Amino acid sequence: MSFISALGARALGIVSGVGDFTRFLVALLARSGIAVRRPRLVSQQIHFIGNYSLLIVAVSGMFVGFVLGLQGYYTLNRYGSEEALGLLVALSLVRELGPVVTALLFAGRAGTSLTAEIGLMKAGEQLAAMEVMAVDPLRRVLVPRFWGGVIAMPVLAAVFSMVGILGGWVVGVLLIGVDAGAFWSQMQGGVDVWQDVANGVLKSVVFGVAVTLVALYEGWHAQPTPEGVARATTRTVVVGSLAVLGLDFLLTALMFGG
Amino acid sequence: MSKTKTDFWVGLFVLLGAAALVFLALRAGNMSSFSFAPTYTLTAAFDNVGGLKVRAPVKSAGVVVGRVAAIGFDNKSFQATVTLDINAAYQFPKDSSAAILTSGLLGEQYVGLTAGAEDQNFAAGGKIRYTQSAVVLENLISKFLYNTADKQGTVSTPGNNGPGGAHQ
Repeated sequence: MSFISALGARALGIVSGVGDFTRFLVALLARSGIAVRRPRLVSQQIHFIGNYSLLIVAVSGMFVGFVLGLQGYYTLNRYGSEEALGLLVALSLVRELGPVVTALLFAGRAGTSLTAEIGLMKAGEQLAAMEVMAVDPLRRVLVPRFWGGVIAMPVLAAVFSMVGILGGWVVGVLLIGVDAGAFWSQMQGGVDVWQDVANGVLKSVVFGVAVTLVALYEGWHAQPTPEGVARATTRTVVVGSLAVLGLDFLLTALMFGG
Repeated sequence: MSKTKTDFWVGLFVLLGAAALVFLALRAGNMSSFSFAPTYTLTAAFDNVGGLKVRAPVKSAGVVVGRVAAIGFDNKSFQATVTLDINAAYQFPKDSSAAILTSGLLGEQYVGLTAGAEDQNFAAGGKIRYTQSAVVLENLISKFLYNTADKQGTVSTPGNNGPGGAHQ
């Protein structure tokens, strides 16, 4: 008996969690008018979320490109088709690694700071003080952060892919000595602007929404104690990363599966 | 002061993203091969298109003169109908022939146009009469195998067609 009711409570908890999350998203979208009326609030958040994440994203992209160049060359060399190295590097970055790795870094770099900031605002009763002053904290604090994250994420993913391709070029062409013309022409022959590049950008937008939303939700619902904020920050990274990987599988199956 | 500074850095950030996207589209992608020049369509019926894909290049003498626009199946003749978008700058005689070729041993497949000798050129929507299908590697190998079997048959039992004689 207790087993069945435990199962029921669990199922209800999951369903109401999903509902809560969706209502949170709807509440944010309904208040999004402020992002148009006061764009400076959003641009401050883009500066905080995007510009400060640029360095870690660019450096990671460069090293991922280096490694793809080395490993790809090792495998392709066995089949005598080193010229396809450019295609391999570009396709794996544009379609998968660019959006996914950037989103994981984004959850770690920007998502945690969003959660901690909002959680501490809540713990310090700043959000309650705003409400007392008849300022809606959802509108004034969360909406600009949401749109800042959604805008910054595709930009970061595009930078990641570009730097990664240049990294693959450095290793493949400059260090190993793959023919530069074949490297670029194979890449241009195989990467389709709509099928590959546009779908990659679409993925990064979806991941941006998911990670930012998880970070804000966890911060908003954090226990207003130091321990609660710490737990919320951890949950942001765990839930955000899992959401990114799960969504990536779904999107890949939808975009490239058929 | 600090506000305009923030704006400047955000502007730079967004510009960098736009530059990255342009790089991905032009340098890594095939955006630069999109031509917005006017085109006209030709159709050609093939017995077998092999692995030909939409947007594969159409080449004549090795120069890209167009793209494959669509590949369909004609339910009356049981042949594949390939629609080609040819750059309007290039005209071909009416008896030109189309073949599905492969660049390199394992490369991608493309349509090769060989110009004919007639005076009149194709009008828009014209149909290429002389076509040559894609070479299917499996058929080639089986032909080769059966040929070898045939030859061995004739060597061991002269004057007799081998067991593979009935096959192509």
